[in-house]
Amino acid sequence: MKILRPIIATIFAIILGLLITSIAGENPLDVFVIFAKSGFGTPYDVGMTLTYSMPLILTGLSVAMAFKAKMFNIGAEGQLTMGALAAAIVGAQFPTVNPYIAPLFAGLCAAAAGGIWGGIAGYLKAKRGAHEVITTIMLNFIAAGIASYVTVYLLKDPNTQNPQTVPISNYYVLEAFSYFEGAPVTYALFLSIFLAITAWIFLYRTPLGYEIRCVGENDAASSTAGISISRTQILTMVVAGAMAGLVGVGEILGRSECFKLDFSPGYGFTGIAVAFLARGNPIAIIFSGLLFGILQKGASDLEIYTQNVTSDLALVLQALIILAVSADGLWEKILTRKKAK
Amino acid sequence: MELTEWLNNLSSIGGSTIRMSAPLIFAALGGLMSERSGIINIALEGKMLAGAFTAAAVTTLTHSPFLGFLCGGLAGMLMAALYGLFVINFKSNQIVTGTAITILAAGTVPFISQILFQNTGSTPEIPMGNRFIHGPIIAAWVIMGLIWLWFKYSPYGMWHKFAGEHPDALQTSGIDVIRTRWSGVLLSGFLAGLGGATLSICLSSSYTRNMTAGRGYMALAALIVGGWRPIAAALACLAFGFFDALGIFLQGIQMPKLTADIPFVTQFWNFLVSPQFIQIIPYILTIVIVAGFVGKSRAPRALGQPYLRNR
Repeated sequence: MKILRPIIATIFAIILGLLITSIAGENPLDVFVIFAKSGFGTPYDVGMTLTYSMPLILTGLSVAMAFKAKMFNIGAEGQLTMGALAAAIVGAQFPTVNPYIAPLFAGLCAAAAGGIWGGIAGYLKAKRGAHEVITTIMLNFIAAGIASYVTVYLLKDPNTQNPQTVPISNYYVLEAFSYFEGAPVTYALFLSIFLAITAWIFLYRTPLGYEIRCVGENDAASSTAGISISRTQILTMVVAGAMAGLVGVGEILGRSECFKLDFSPGYGFTGIAVAFLARGNPIAIIFSGLLFGILQKGASDLEIYTQNVTSDLALVLQALIILAVSADGLWEKILTRKKAK
Repeated sequence: MELTEWLNNLSSIGGSTIRMSAPLIFAALGGLMSERSGIINIALEGKMLAGAFTAAAVTTLTHSPFLGFLCGGLAGMLMAALYGLFVINFKSNQIVTGTAITILAAGTVPFISQILFQNTGSTPEIPMGNRFIHGPIIAAWVIMGLIWLWFKYSPYGMWHKFAGEHPDALQTSGIDVIRTRWSGVLLSGFLAGLGGATLSICLSSSYTRNMTAGRGYMALAALIVGGWRPIAAALACLAFGFFDALGIFLQGIQMPKLTADIPFVTQFWNFLVSPQFIQIIPYILTIVIVAGFVGKSRAPRALGQPYLRNR
C-alpha cells in the first residue's frame, strides 16, 4: 500500500490539475493530449523532457540524501546556484585545460562549491544547533546575491544586455547527442542516473550510508552506538550540496555555456517535490524526476497551444502532488475507513 | 557630496525604510501568530503573493482600496486555511506543506491573472486616487501594538503561547489546542495577505509577477532575529527594510570602488560596497543569530510538532 500511495496521489493531483484548466475554458481532455504529445511526440520533445528532468533528479537526490539523516534541505537552489557559478567561472577563467579533463575539472569544482554551500548549513546545524531549514533558506538568498554580483561586475559578458557571464571555453562544452534533434541532452543525463544508483548503493550498502540512515531513524541510539552525529550531519549536507551543485554540469557545460542569472526556474524547490514523491528512494527519484520533467515540458507547451493555460500550471501540479503525497493523516483516514467497512 | 545632498539622501532612505518595512511587519506578525501557537510558517511568501495579487485585482475591479486591502487579507487567509487543513488536521509535515503552499500560490496567481486580465505578468495600473498612501504603513505599527497587548494582557494570548510551548498543559486545562492553533494559522494568513496587499496597492500601483521577491522569507528571518516577540520582530523588520532601501539607493549611485589591483583584496572590498552585498546583510545576520554567534533566539518549544489529541 505504501508504494501505491504516491502513484494514487499523483494521478489524483493530475486529474485535479486538468479539471482546473477547465476554469480557464479549456477542455481537460485536450490539455491531457497536449501533455502527452509534448512529452514524447518527437525525439526533440523527448530530449527536452530529459533536459528538464536531469537537474530535477539531482536536486531530488540532494533533498532525499539530507532527509535520510532527518534534515530538510530547502537549500538545493542555493547549492545549485553556487555549483553552476563555479562551473561557469572555471570554464571561463581556465580556458586551456586539457579538453579531456576539462568537463571533469569543472564538474568537480561545481560539486565542491555546492558541497561547501551545503556543508555550511550542516556545520551550523551540527556545531551551533542552527536549524537547517532557516540557514538553507538564508543561504539561498546569499548565493543569489553572490551570483548577481559576479554576473554583473566580475564576469559580465560585454556582448549582451542580458545578465550573463562570458561564455565558457570550447574545451568545456559537452556535445549534445544528435539523436534528440538539437535538444541539449548530454552525458550529464548519464551522470544524474549514475548518481542516483550510486546514492542508493551508498545509502543501503556502505557503512557510511548505514550511519546516515541510523542518525535519521534515531539519533540518540546512534550516538550511544558510537556514531558521531555531528560528523554525519555535516557529511550528509556536504554530499547533498555536492549533488545539487552538479546541476551546473548539465545546465552550464551542456546547455547555456555561460552562467545566466535566474537560469533555474526553481529546480531546488521542485527537488523537494521530486524527493517526496519518491519517498526518498534514490532509484525512484529517477522516475519522479522524469515525471516532473514531463510536467514542466508539457506545461511550457500548453502556453503555446492554448489560450489561457500558461507554464505556471506545472507549479500548480507540483504543489498538488506534494500536498497529496505528504498528507499522512488524510491517508490514514481514508485507509482506516476502508478497514472499518 | 555636499551636506544638503547628504541630508536629502538620508531622509529619502529613512522614508523608504519605513515604507518598505511595512509589508515585512505585517508578514512577520503573521508568522508570529502561527509560530507562537506551534505551527511553522515558511509559506509566508505564498500568502503574501496571493494577498498582493488579490488586493490589486479587487481594487482594479471595484475601485475601492479598502475592499482590495481586505480581500488581500482574506486571500492570504484562504491559503492559510488550506495549510491549516493539511498540517493541523491531516498532520502533514509542516515544512514540506509550507513549501507546497508557496509553490501553489506562485502557480495559481499567474493562472488567475491570465484569466482575469489576459496577462500573467501584471494587473492594470491602479490610478493614484484609488491607492493607499500611508494607511497600511500606520496600520502595520498599530497592529503590532495590539498584538503586543494581546500577548501581554489577554488570556487568549496566553493560551496561544501555551499551544506553542506546552500544548499538553493547555489541553489539560480545558482549552482546545487544535482550535487555538487554527486561529493562529488563520490570523497569520490574514496578516501575511495584508502584507502582500500593502506591497501592491500602497508601495506600488499594481501587482507585478513575483513581486514579493523573497519578502516572505525575509519576514520569517526578521521574526527569528526578533526572537518571536512582536516589538523586537517589528524592529528587525525596520532594520531589514533599511538594508533593502539602502541597496536600492546604492544601485542608483556610483559607489567609490577600489581600483588598486591587489589580488582578491580588491575584489572582496568592491563586493562589500556593492548593492548586492548590502541586500544580503539581513540573511547573513539571521544565520549569525540562529547559530548563536550573537545572542540566541529561542523558538517556541513545541514548534513544528503536530498535536495528537488522545495521546
